[in-house]
Amino acid sequence: MWSRRTLIGAISIGTLIGFAVPAAAQETYIPLISKGFQHQFWQAVKTGAEQAAKDYNVRITFEGPDSETMVDKQIDMLSAALAKNPKAIGFAALDSQAAIPLLRKAQTAKIPVIAFDSGVDSDIPLSTAATNNLAAAALAADKMAELIGGEGDIALVVHDQTSRTGIDRRDGFVNRIKEKYPKINIVSIQYGSGDHLKSTEITKSVLQANPKLKGIFGANEGSAIGVVNGAREMNRKVVIIGYDSGKQQKQAIQEGLMAGAITQNPVGIGYKTVEAAVKALKGEKLEKIIDTGFFYYDKSNMSDPKIAAVLYD
Amino acid sequence: MTTIVEKETPTVIKSTVFSQGAWQRILAFASLIALMAVFTIASDNFLQPDNLIGILQATAVNGVLAVAATFVIITGGIDLSVGTLMTFCAVIAGVFLTYWGLPMPVGILAAIAAGAICGSVSGTLIAKMKIPPFIATLGMMMLLKGLALVISGTRPIYFNDTPNFPMISQESLLGAILPFLPIPNGVLILFVVAVASSLVLTRTALGRYTFALGSNEEAVRLSGVNTDFWKIIVYTVSGGICGIAGLIIASRLNSAQPALGQGYELDAIAAVVIGGTSLSGGRGTILGTIIGALIISVLTNGLRILSVAQEWQTVVTGVIIILAVYADILRRKG
Repeated sequence: MWSRRTLIGAISIGTLIGFAVPAAAQETYIPLISKGFQHQFWQAVKTGAEQAAKDYNVRITFEGPDSETMVDKQIDMLSAALAKNPKAIGFAALDSQAAIPLLRKAQTAKIPVIAFDSGVDSDIPLSTAATNNLAAAALAADKMAELIGGEGDIALVVHDQTSRTGIDRRDGFVNRIKEKYPKINIVSIQYGSGDHLKSTEITKSVLQANPKLKGIFGANEGSAIGVVNGAREMNRKVVIIGYDSGKQQKQAIQEGLMAGAITQNPVGIGYKTVEAAVKALKGEKLEKIIDTGFFYYDKSNMSDPKIAAVLYD
Repeated sequence: MTTIVEKETPTVIKSTVFSQGAWQRILAFASLIALMAVFTIASDNFLQPDNLIGILQATAVNGVLAVAATFVIITGGIDLSVGTLMTFCAVIAGVFLTYWGLPMPVGILAAIAAGAICGSVSGTLIAKMKIPPFIATLGMMMLLKGLALVISGTRPIYFNDTPNFPMISQESLLGAILPFLPIPNGVLILFVVAVASSLVLTRTALGRYTFALGSNEEAVRLSGVNTDFWKIIVYTVSGGICGIAGLIIASRLNSAQPALGQGYELDAIAAVVIGGTSLSGGRGTILGTIIGALIISVLTNGLRILSVAQEWQTVVTGVIIILAVYADILRRKG
């Protein structure tokens, strides 16, 4: 009984101390609470943040929940981050309203908050470093229209219907088609949680149901790869436009399976967030919105240094 | 016949709850204290009032869900639908309060009733239609996830028209009376649910039958007890408790998030198992479950406070769960 208890204790203490990062007293610590963690996109944001941390000599941590639906887990992360006496905080809200009480707490404690990726509907964040998803998805719609010749049936595979990016990319795309291209018909909008396999199956059923389909827009990395896989498995030639990058998507564009994709600047998002936090700590005035930019890329401009710099594997 | 069972089962309960259960609770409690001690030594930021309150608040939802799961697991069943049922109930509260503009007590009752009704459906599938609990609740998990999205129109429902709604979990009644103890109401609700459930399990006929179903269902049935009826009641109670969890999470987020919920059943089951409740049924305590839920929250929070890389946080949590259950197995063998 005792020996086992001690055993557990000893192992857990060992494990913990092994991984614990000793906290130095004098450094500037800025935690970033992101919307996700495992996707390559978030890893690229993290890379940018780490780069800025090095340049400005601050310490950062980067955390996010396993899935973009876990609003309460993200709140717990924010709460733990606040307990660590940070100098500033970077935050990408899954749901703005849910985070307001904690953001108020940060405000009261005079901890500057910088929003990133998607905005926080509140005046607490001093600045927001984000992509204009509505405009970016509208650009995807223009490219789609151009590539299918301005008429025909198309479909969308979107990651989800509740998150800000899901809604903005869907609406940005759909609204542009409705406004400018009356001969293009959106026959289906499906949601696949950004999961490769689920999006593949969805794509196959959309293709099955619509033999005349000319194009599909995949609204994030996982959705886009699912669309490519689905079209390949069904052996169908359709115009595919994706979003973000990643090794598989880049390869699909190089092989001609995918026409092109919108890329955000995730490294820039991470970098600008930390940079803005540092500026806030120095008391500099910040722009309310830092547009981190987006590009359309395809085979022809992928190796252009300006584009290559923002693509990630 | 019934009288014989009622005489016999309490002795079964006594031997399971008070002797074995007591040791398990001490073991689990010791692990909790040990964990807290480690984190306190490792970081000055851990043992701060704000952070401890944060830990408790993070435990409220999982704790209540774990209590709901404890009932079902003691009968030898499993409930995979607790997470999405919680979400479904939160959405129901949103529909009643925000869409229909009904008064807050009505919304609260509706959420709990929705939970109880869904629980009774699961119970009926399992008891009357003989669908294995794993499959029946897996089906319910997906069904409820879908319904929550359909009913909410796939958008979060905000409670801005019900200004008192955030009070349910965020504000602190206790803090108003005792300013040095600003424990949020959500945690108080967990406490009340836990105490009430513990009393039900140890002091009532429902509790006796819950244990008896998990120990030897056939014997209970042969002695003339309507096991189907009691099983449905257990799932109904469990569902109602999920409704309470739905209210806590909706109040904390000031919104019903329809896409949330899947995956929460695993955290709840982990808390139950760490707390010493046997997955094969017939044995378990609510106190153990609460300690299990606290261990998970302390671990998650502590690793974050120490800025342990996120991928390693998951690894460590997995190791701790395996160790906790293995220690329980060792103890019972020896």
